[in-house]
Amino acid sequence: MPKDGGIGASSKRREDVRFLTGEGNYTDDINIRGQAHVFFLRSDVAHGALKGVDTSDAAGMPGVIRIFTGADFEAVGGMPCGWQVTDKHGQPMQEPRHPILAHEKVRHVGEPIAAVVAETLEQARDAAEAISVDIDELPAVVDMKAAVASDDVKVHDDLTSNLCYDWGFVEENKAATDAAFEKAAHVTTLELVNNRLVANPMEPRVAVGDYARGTDDHTLYTTSQNPHVIRLLMGAFVLGIPEHKLRVVAPDVGGGFGTKIFHYQEEAFVTFAAKACNRPVKWTSSRSEAFMSDAHGRDHVTKIELALDAQNNFTAVRTETFANMGAYLSTFAPSVPTWLHGTLMAGNYKTPLVYVNVKAVFTNTVPVDAYRGAGRPEATFQLERVIDKAARELNVDPVELRRQNFIREFPYATPVAVEYDTGDYDATMDKVLEISDREGFAARRAESEAKGKLRGFGINCFIEACGIAPSNLVGQLGARAGLYESATVRVNATGGLVVMTGSHSHGQGHETAFPQVVAEMIGIDESMIEVVHGDTATAPMGMGTYGSRSIAVGGSAMVRATEKIIAKAKKIASHLLEASEGDIELKDGAFSVAGTDKSVAWGDVTLAAYVPHNYPLEDIEPGLEETAFYDPSNFTYPAGAYSCEVEVDPATGEVTIERFASADDFGNVINPMIVEGQVHGGIAQGIGQALLENCAYDENGQLLSASYMDYTMPRADNLPPMDHYVVDHSCQTPCTHNPLGVKGCGEAGAIGSPPTVINAIIDALQSGGHKVDHIDMPATPSRVWSAIHG
Amino acid sequence: MRIDMVVNGKEAGGEVEGRTVLSSFLRDQLALTGCHVGCDTSQCGACVVHVDGQAVKSCTMLAAEAAGSEITTIEGMANADGSLNVIQQAFQDHHGLQCGFCTPGMVMSAAALLKENPKPSEAEVRDYLEGNICRCTGYHNIVKAIMAASGQDVVPVAAE
Repeated sequence: MPKDGGIGASSKRREDVRFLTGEGNYTDDINIRGQAHVFFLRSDVAHGALKGVDTSDAAGMPGVIRIFTGADFEAVGGMPCGWQVTDKHGQPMQEPRHPILAHEKVRHVGEPIAAVVAETLEQARDAAEAISVDIDELPAVVDMKAAVASDDVKVHDDLTSNLCYDWGFVEENKAATDAAFEKAAHVTTLELVNNRLVANPMEPRVAVGDYARGTDDHTLYTTSQNPHVIRLLMGAFVLGIPEHKLRVVAPDVGGGFGTKIFHYQEEAFVTFAAKACNRPVKWTSSRSEAFMSDAHGRDHVTKIELALDAQNNFTAVRTETFANMGAYLSTFAPSVPTWLHGTLMAGNYKTPLVYVNVKAVFTNTVPVDAYRGAGRPEATFQLERVIDKAARELNVDPVELRRQNFIREFPYATPVAVEYDTGDYDATMDKVLEISDREGFAARRAESEAKGKLRGFGINCFIEACGIAPSNLVGQLGARAGLYESATVRVNATGGLVVMTGSHSHGQGHETAFPQVVAEMIGIDESMIEVVHGDTATAPMGMGTYGSRSIAVGGSAMVRATEKIIAKAKKIASHLLEASEGDIELKDGAFSVAGTDKSVAWGDVTLAAYVPHNYPLEDIEPGLEETAFYDPSNFTYPAGAYSCEVEVDPATGEVTIERFASADDFGNVINPMIVEGQVHGGIAQGIGQALLENCAYDENGQLLSASYMDYTMPRADNLPPMDHYVVDHSCQTPCTHNPLGVKGCGEAGAIGSPPTVINAIIDALQSGGHKVDHIDMPATPSRVWSAIHG
Repeated sequence: MRIDMVVNGKEAGGEVEGRTVLSSFLRDQLALTGCHVGCDTSQCGACVVHVDGQAVKSCTMLAAEAAGSEITTIEGMANADGSLNVIQQAFQDHHGLQCGFCTPGMVMSAAALLKENPKPSEAEVRDYLEGNICRCTGYHNIVKAIMAASGQDVVPVAAE
């Protein structure tokens, strides 16, 4: 029987009402009296020496307030990087300066060169066209291997090479791993590309800077997943504004998917310019600008090798990956191919030896950083593709080869430095085989073949590390931030609660799901609880939402704060009931004395806290408000098994997804409806990566896919039909180290689905006698047709 | 130039430049910020409104072209008592939205579809949504919401 409230209920989302009636408050909906607009003139070449920027004609154009160039920012800091990776020789990564506006050189198409502040956006844009930019175009380097092989074209003249770092993990395992390959009965090798993607939240980025001269207070409204992180980075490292004079507000945010984690130049610019011009300054990205200024995702080129013994046990995994950083280091870019990728290379398997090498490379392209899954999709894609290839080479069932190598004892310390607390990979595999009706596949394949089509069944497992992250651990790994989360729970006199969380909701439904937890703990109705987030002036210092961390870390902080509230409320109740505190029980919103019929309602206790007439003032303070900071002791490890059936038209190479099934283990689930929605969204992005999406550059560094005309977003008819699409989360091994037993569900779909789709396509092609071992993503009709026709 | 029109049943108007698009006029002058702009190539559909009963991408129509028309935006879709209309309610019931940014355009397109085709098949719904991009939901629950709004049986949320 489904619950109608509290933990485990599919409570309808309260935020929907404002979104469905046009009453949302997104950053672009914010207009401040006296506001000016900025338009950024961006580089149209990928690499060049910036000889001069002549703004004299533009400065006199109608409505122009001021034009800024790189020279205006010499006195302020560059864009900071939040994670320092140490290379395999123990040396820090190469870290280039990243100016707010280009200075001396431009290094990617889209890099801002000048900024025109004018009365209207149209006037700013008109004036930008009158700016004369003198650039000596230089050869660009786009291909990562070429960038490493030669220093002929250096992205940064003051660095020793285009190599950001050469990382080995675990370096101490390298010799033993190499030796295992020498002894292997079978080695499967695969070279693959994890295609470059653009996150494309439907709301483009927006930033509005405001400045109050009378009080010297700065406010930034911005489309961010983590306003406190922006306040710290921009205040302390870029503009030198102390946090108590800087407020950052991220109101309703129209999707993030990682790309709204990072601190961007435009945020620093509008904050700086609002003071310099003494006017509020607004920037609204166009979609075309978004393609060349939002941090991109993925873009790895990898060689992976899997060693097996004569009994088909995995004995070692060895990889070499080139990871594109783009022209500059975006906020968390260095962590993605290393700590979010190398640590997952054991997957769901008890492979005793793993060695991961990653070369992070500067190129004349937009910076690359975390995108939904961040490193974990790349790890999963390599591992699951090479296992599928090994199964084919060894002529064994890909399901059985995986099962044979599953980890079955927990906790399990992997050879890549993480310890899985819990899991049951057989359970999710059993479940996905059941819900996908693998039994019926042969008949369906025969039907497809009768129509001249090829049908394939793909299976895939994955594990991810979420609930990011233990601060002391990530500090050792190079993070320049802690990764705890915070919550303040404020109980009002009449019993209602406000939860102020450092997590940020930009589609995840925190305003609905978080109250379900508190309602369950106290035994009151969810409608009595309100969530406030997204404003540094109201929420305690928090690290924001990414890495499937909100309920696991932010939710845990909320639980801890609520526990403090309940503990204090029990003291008050014991006074009111004239009973010992140890005898007080809280159930269904009332405090009672164990074994008696004496009780006092929640609202009477909260009223007493604020109207303390009959109150133990000598022992406890009035009021009922508590804050907790929660720092997790480990990552969480959601895992699952996915399956996909595709039909391939050999005449055209077109692939259609006929059936899809996912069996996820997220531990405990707070709101199943929201969880399933997250999985649907992640799978759509994964299918998009596998079949449709590709961010392409030409050899000169020109961005070829800079609009929705050229970058293929998944649309409604690209996804599996309702009747053959099952999303399951009934296999639950609760997380052992957070109070809710939750693992996080935001990224799973995007991690688990790409290899599932490609495995299914290869299965289809092989069934038609086509000896195709691999197709790089996106598996477009032209790529599939070319693979079939050699 | 001066333009006048009827928006959500009320007279509305203002001064615009020849180059002002309808979405900008609705957002900037009439403060109807439920009309969202998600791209600049007429692809995403977040800005869909109804002009004289037709679904139109308001980023691709000049405000001046809409002079004299009757416009309906997402702000005009709820029932007279302010409650969600049947399509909006179906989107909430079936979790057909997450971040909410594409939602106004989805609801306006869905309304136009159901006017033309009161009982669309799943394939017809998916085909009709070609011009509306959603990045959050994977469309599954949007399609379901539209089918449900048309009175057809669908599997309820979180029971599949």
